[in-house]
Amino acid sequence: MDTAVTAKKKWWSGGHSPFNVSYGKLMMWYFLLSDAFTFGALLISYGTIRFMSTSWPDPNEVFRSFPGLGHANVPMGFVSLMTFILIMSSVTMVLAVHAGHQRRQKDVAKWLIWTIIGGIAFLSCQAWEWTHLYHEGAWWGRNPFVNADGTAATSNFTNFFFTITGFHGLHVTSGVVLNIVILSNVLKGTYENRGHYEMVEKVGLYWHFVDLVWVFVFTCFYLL
Amino acid sequence: MSNTTYTDAGHDVHVADSSTKTIWKTFWILLAITVVEIALALIHLETHFPPKLLVNSIFIGLTIVKAFFIVAEFMHLGHEIKNLIMTILMPLLLFVWFIIAFLADGDSWKNMRKNLAPGTPKPVEKVQVIEHGEGHHE
Repeated sequence: MDTAVTAKKKWWSGGHSPFNVSYGKLMMWYFLLSDAFTFGALLISYGTIRFMSTSWPDPNEVFRSFPGLGHANVPMGFVSLMTFILIMSSVTMVLAVHAGHQRRQKDVAKWLIWTIIGGIAFLSCQAWEWTHLYHEGAWWGRNPFVNADGTAATSNFTNFFFTITGFHGLHVTSGVVLNIVILSNVLKGTYENRGHYEMVEKVGLYWHFVDLVWVFVFTCFYLL
Repeated sequence: MSNTTYTDAGHDVHVADSSTKTIWKTFWILLAITVVEIALALIHLETHFPPKLLVNSIFIGLTIVKAFFIVAEFMHLGHEIKNLIMTILMPLLLFVWFIIAFLADGDSWKNMRKNLAPGTPKPVEKVQVIEHGEGHHE
């Protein structure tokens, strides 16, 4: 294939992909584009309801607990850890893709294992957070937190929180499953025999997208 | 051309070092931005110093910077050809419209709920005299 991309190249004259990527990778991009609209719709509906409300619970009051610290007041503490874990797992994934380019089978497997560990760690954190909030009385349809101005809040806050972080967590879960499938193929030598590790790249795209969505969820629920 | 357009093996070997360097550089940028965001949130919580509107604008700005680095470097979109970049980014412009339209809608609902809630005194200054003669066609 042509790796040299020149400005004069006629991309649409046939004979090669006008996007310079394989079919599978392009379709992964388009899937992620559609998924971005799904998450975008969820977050925008959250924003609309929040703009519609005269007051809203203060995230610094709601998200202030840390496992093992009892009633210590640590606003943003735990979610910072979760964010760090997810960024880190994105780095290990990109290192796996990079090792795949150089066909270093052992390194691909090693970085994929780290990515899976990161994904499971993130999910465990989320499980703890959900359990903790549940015991504080928060769930779909139930909101124990008062608004920032002291008035009673509706369950809009908890409904959106659990729906959107839950939908994101579901994506992380499928990402971990995909990573495990890919890892087993790497270990079996499937991609070594195929001659390339493009499958790692495709799943990598999905994994980075999950990280990308978290960046927005983090801002919308914990910062704003 | 029966094969895919996958970058053939060994192509990246000569740029191995600079690639890994870029990955870690991106990681440090993302980490630094996140730390700044959290620090800013805590400073605002303690001192209320930067006004809420300014803090929120900074958060949204930094979020977009983070998104740019993840998409451009980790997802490698910055290194793809322009055709592909445009086919991904152009549809996302719809979000500009979505966000403006829906948030304005929510805001308008809030104002109606405030002003028209039972027991709310009627805002006298808002009553306008209906003028006749405005419906003329030119």
